[in-house]
Amino acid sequence: MMETLEHLLSEHPFLKGLDPKYIQLITGCASNIRFDAGQIIIREGEEADQFYIIRQGKVALQIYTPTHGSIIIDTLTDGDILGWSWLIPPYQWRFDAVAIELTRAIALDGKCLRNKCEADHNLGYELLKRFSSIVDERLESTRLRLLDVYDKD
Amino acid sequence: MNSIEKEKLTPFIIDHTRIETLLGVLQKKGYTVIGPKLEDGAIIYHSITSSADLPKGWKEEQDAGTYRLVKRNDDAYFGFNTTPHSWKQFLHPPILKLWESEKKGNKNTDPQAGDKLGKQAFFGVRPCDLSAILILDKVFKGGPYTDSNYLKRRNSVFVVVVNCGQAGGTCFCASMNTGPRARENFDLALTEILQDGKHEFLVEIGSPAGEDIIKEIPHRPATDTDINHAEKAIMKASEKMGKTVDTTDLKALLYRNLESKRWEETAKRCLTCTNCTMVCPTCFCATIEDVTDLSGKKSERYRKWDSCFTMDFSYIHGGSIRSSVQSRYRQWLTHKFAYWQDQFGTYGCVGCGRCITWCPVAIDVTEELKMIRKYEQTTKSTVSSKEN
Amino acid sequence: MSVSNQHDYDYLMYMIKTEEKTIDNSVLTEMMPRWFPVKRVQRNTHDTFTIDLEPPDGNFKFDPGQFNMLYMFGVGEVAISISGDPAQEQILIHTIRAVGSVTKRMWELKKGDYIGVRGPFGTHWPVNESVGNDIVIIAGGIGLAPLRPSIYRLLANRDKYGRIVLLYGARTPKDILYRKELEGWRARFDMEVHVTVDRAYADWKGMVGVVTTLIPRAHFDPMNTTAMICGPEIMMRFTIQDLHKRGVDYENIYVSMERNMKCGIGFCGHCQYGSSFICKDGPVYPYSAIKDLFVKREI
Repeated sequence: MMETLEHLLSEHPFLKGLDPKYIQLITGCASNIRFDAGQIIIREGEEADQFYIIRQGKVALQIYTPTHGSIIIDTLTDGDILGWSWLIPPYQWRFDAVAIELTRAIALDGKCLRNKCEADHNLGYELLKRFSSIVDERLESTRLRLLDVYDKD
Repeated sequence: MNSIEKEKLTPFIIDHTRIETLLGVLQKKGYTVIGPKLEDGAIIYHSITSSADLPKGWKEEQDAGTYRLVKRNDDAYFGFNTTPHSWKQFLHPPILKLWESEKKGNKNTDPQAGDKLGKQAFFGVRPCDLSAILILDKVFKGGPYTDSNYLKRRNSVFVVVVNCGQAGGTCFCASMNTGPRARENFDLALTEILQDGKHEFLVEIGSPAGEDIIKEIPHRPATDTDINHAEKAIMKASEKMGKTVDTTDLKALLYRNLESKRWEETAKRCLTCTNCTMVCPTCFCATIEDVTDLSGKKSERYRKWDSCFTMDFSYIHGGSIRSSVQSRYRQWLTHKFAYWQDQFGTYGCVGCGRCITWCPVAIDVTEELKMIRKYEQTTKSTVSSKEN
Repeated sequence: MSVSNQHDYDYLMYMIKTEEKTIDNSVLTEMMPRWFPVKRVQRNTHDTFTIDLEPPDGNFKFDPGQFNMLYMFGVGEVAISISGDPAQEQILIHTIRAVGSVTKRMWELKKGDYIGVRGPFGTHWPVNESVGNDIVIIAGGIGLAPLRPSIYRLLANRDKYGRIVLLYGARTPKDILYRKELEGWRARFDMEVHVTVDRAYADWKGMVGVVTTLIPRAHFDPMNTTAMICGPEIMMRFTIQDLHKRGVDYENIYVSMERNMKCGIGFCGHCQYGSSFICKDGPVYPYSAIKDLFVKREI
């Protein structure tokens, strides 16, 4: 049995508790997508129009350096949310994202949702609340790694 | 020794001139006698051979950061209180070679014995210092491992306690329940009596070894009057303690106040000079040093006194856990009056007052404890007044 | 003291006390290392190596979590956790990171050299005591070394435990310890292994992120779990909270603490942590026993 997109979205922890009418609205902006291993999902500098809910797979967030090539600074996997730059001006990706293995995700039209949030601030608040929580988690993980605790000193 | 046996051992009186005899007997029996001696402007513990070495007629004026020798108006042998050192250095030497090892050893030559240690007699142990020795006993023989260096020295020591007839300016043994008189764990205990033109010592026997020694010294049984005189002298000491400590709930108080504002303030004065830990009769921290000679073929291990006040005492890869002065002072005081209880079942402090006397900036532990208590009460009342 | 071992020792040890001639007593024995020959040296990473030592009397018994004081002739002594299999008593294994003067000299060890050993000291991981539970092992960096003996013991008695989970965080892929072994454990069907690094080059196909991010995805029953954590104190601090958030009681979370050590037997006073001596009351503690101290600074 194929799960409907709406069902998938309503079950996801990220959208938990959201008013069903908003779930419907978001479903309208959503589509299934698949990335092959090695496929580039996001490129630094490009316009941030979409974001993704990873259903299953592994995605590496990378920064390109001239001397060492791309460095992986984070990996996301099943259930993780990829990308929030579509919410924050200038709506531009600052990192690369590459699928490390075959990855299935739900792509959401960020541009469309952005406009809907401007029109309906309740929706905007609900989404921002959820995104803040994700940003907080990623920030903590980043800050702890900034301490470089495994280094000799 | 049980109380029945104790009762049998009534105290004796010896004339003050018999102290010389006592010292002679001890030496004849092979003891190196260590006792108080005047040197370099202080009364220290040193090997002595005759009563002429004793600091007769001297006392000290002690207070926070103050030590002065003052002449008494009598000839008391033990008219002073505490020395800059304690007996610790004779049981737990400041520097001790633990072993020596050689690479590509030649023959298996037996190491030559150096100075023979022999047995020591501690002559003139104050009751507080005796308590300190008992505390060190718990540290070095109470746990899963035994320090046999300590044990060897300790087992061969003959202890002659001298009860205190006066209290010093920094003494607080009464608060810590360690003096000014000792009741057991000694071989002999002396109480000096200067009364009605007589100069005598009340002698209590605390062990068979003590009995053996007394046998060889002319003595007479103590009369009730003698005993009263002795008690009076000791009473005078316990009533005139230089300092006091309220030990009510002390361990819990310190555990509750690890974040007291007081630590910050005391840290402003403390120089972390480690004087207090060196003069303290119970501080036992040490460091282990491995050294090698230039050829790299011979290596030796030494144990040396260390202090929790030093910057690298708590160093682990990259930094010290206790790098602020505040944390180091707090560690020392909290260990002494709180952690020690959990570790060894007693306080680590015996109220000898040396740390107060020898602190160059006059930090007084009795005042610190008072302030910690006071600050807690002040914080409590501020909080409750805010809530009202 | 004569040399009783039949090996061709390069080192001859005898003891001098400055006063006495006779030697035979407990603390001097405890402060005297025994010489163990190095049978094998493996370099694990650019700064970490593993030495296999042969016990001079044939066997060395220890419990997972315990440590030895290792002495490098003429240089000094350090406390190092034992990282071998407790069931293999004929060999003593230590994984060491070259960070200080002693360990940097140890990096130069070759087969046939000798190391002084005193031990084993300290408390152990509650492996035998956790029979029937799910086990979650969380290691950060070199922290995997003191936990490896636990893993060996757990796997040797696999059917006595529920789920066994290993979460391991390293700095970068080239800092991962025991890579082949990890792959072997991961390939088992009865053990869950997740590895993450703080950062990596693009050829890394594994996870990147702090080790706590592995906790939500691990499969274990918090109500019946014993957790064993070892790594830098900051890493342990955050890991403990995330485990607790997931429902594991503080008394079922065990950590391995570290402080300056000089004697290893409770006399030098250096390793004191509150009223506890880490050399004899630790290094392994249930978090519930130290949680009040753990959150205090400069204790």
